[in-house]
Amino acid sequence: MIEIGLGHYLTLGAIIFTIGIVGIFLNRKNIIVVLMSIELILLAVNINLVSFSIYLNDIAGQVFTLFILTVAAAEAAIGLAIIVVYYRNAGTIRVEEIDKLKG
Amino acid sequence: MGNLNLILPEIFISLSIMFLLIFGVFKKDCSKLIFNLSLFILLIATIITFNETFSISRITMFNESVIIDYMSSFMKIITLIGGFLVLIISTSYLKTFKLLNIEYPILILSSILGMMIMISSNDLIVFYMGLELQSLGLYVLATYNRDQLKSSEAGLKYFVLSALSSGLLLYGCSLIYGFSGSTNFNVIANQLNSNEYALTFGIVFILVGLAFKISAVPFHMWAPDVYEGSPTTVTLFFTMVPKIAALTVFIRFLYVPFLNLLDQWQMIIIFLSIASMLFGAIAAIGQTNLKRLIAYSSIGHIGYTLAGLATASNEGIQSSIIYISIYIVMNLALFSCLLMLRRKDQYFEDIDDLSGLSRNHPLLSLCLLVILFSLAGIPPLAGFFAKFYIFKSVLEQSMFFLAIVGLLSTVVAAFYYLRIIKIIYFDKEKEKYDNDHSLSLKLSLTVSTILILLYFIFPSQLIEVVSRISII
Repeated sequence: MIEIGLGHYLTLGAIIFTIGIVGIFLNRKNIIVVLMSIELILLAVNINLVSFSIYLNDIAGQVFTLFILTVAAAEAAIGLAIIVVYYRNAGTIRVEEIDKLKG
Repeated sequence: MGNLNLILPEIFISLSIMFLLIFGVFKKDCSKLIFNLSLFILLIATIITFNETFSISRITMFNESVIIDYMSSFMKIITLIGGFLVLIISTSYLKTFKLLNIEYPILILSSILGMMIMISSNDLIVFYMGLELQSLGLYVLATYNRDQLKSSEAGLKYFVLSALSSGLLLYGCSLIYGFSGSTNFNVIANQLNSNEYALTFGIVFILVGLAFKISAVPFHMWAPDVYEGSPTTVTLFFTMVPKIAALTVFIRFLYVPFLNLLDQWQMIIIFLSIASMLFGAIAAIGQTNLKRLIAYSSIGHIGYTLAGLATASNEGIQSSIIYISIYIVMNLALFSCLLMLRRKDQYFEDIDDLSGLSRNHPLLSLCLLVILFSLAGIPPLAGFFAKFYIFKSVLEQSMFFLAIVGLLSTVVAAFYYLRIIKIIYFDKEKEKYDNDHSLSLKLSLTVSTILILLYFIFPSQLIEVVSRISII
């Protein structure tokens, strides 16, 4: 059995973070996917913070995680509201059709 | 615990927000009243900040997670005054679009509260909470004209890019926390040394996130779209107030926790500054929409403020702060002119709509002339002095390349400002615009134009206040 240490957790965090970033930039279909990618980025940060907190034996990281969780919920709520407003005006939420403002 | 009087402005604003929300729910048709009340609240908060904290050189509170010093009080006062001015000139515009609801002033108040928390943060957690409180208000403000496609698209774009930048910033924060063992800026400053490879990553992520917030190139792509799509008064708010808070946080991050890693970040800041100055100057040339043009010009101006930050000297920081203060006055004047281009409940925002303005509106054109000359940096207007201080502090650190690029982009930027003046004075005239503007709009335009015109007579007052700020 291999010992699971800080490095493994950080790698997991980095992989999830990268999936989130790539998801935002490569996604050409649905704006909801962007919302999910943003959640993934925040979760990767949480994994990082919690593992650092255990490793350093310091509670501040876990407190930070709780703050991030609540803020992420508020952000998702406002994001969904904005998407609903946009859908009512444009009739679509396809990413490639969001191009009324250009330059 | 410390003296609670020092954070009285924040406590006062947050209690007022809750009061106004409840009040707005239970009393019908009170949007006008709430508007006036929030103006009053901002005024009182400014006075409290001035009285309680303006003479304090440096105090930390709550386990050193909140800091009150000269810079934080000065920036808070500018933020509050900026918010006050935005609110006071936006009434007639909002009325025209039937947007005068109770939410507008409350959202502005809550994002100002977030900015004030950001400005006095001395801890990663406090900083992040302030940043998010600010951003959540700004997302909704950008979408405020919700029946209009443009506004909702601006809000959507701003939301996605701003949430992404917050994510990048947080990832940087987590790395910094992990490798320094604390979220407090002062502890981080003591723990950091340049040998750690991951720390450079952390700094890069944090700088990218902050550069998004002040729309520095290459992280500027949201700015033109959001500025064009949002309602004009919200655009005014975007160009003025969040920039102050973001700049303060930028200074705080660079010069408190990351000061020992100067070699790592100095090149990044110089690159951001040069790219913003050049891009802001060149991309604005082809624009036809005034709000878009202002977006590119604000990117250019942010480049100059970053040039002051890159010097790693107190004079550089002070010149950046003077630059942003003068820039805010110029911006306010420019937007007051923009809000005056109204004909029968319709607002105009294209450059072509300005053609031949001098024939019908000589006074307004004269104001625009002064403002645009000042933005281009022509002496003896305020904009010239702002640029002069920046270049002086850059040259003192013998960063000649940065100064030369700055001067060159000033010359390029002068082209599009002068082109607008040519359109105003020499092109074919159009129909007359309405003249029945609200008193506050006229007053803000007059006062800001006079400030720009007469700054050269009394430059010592501003310099004296700002010169007390010393971070390093």
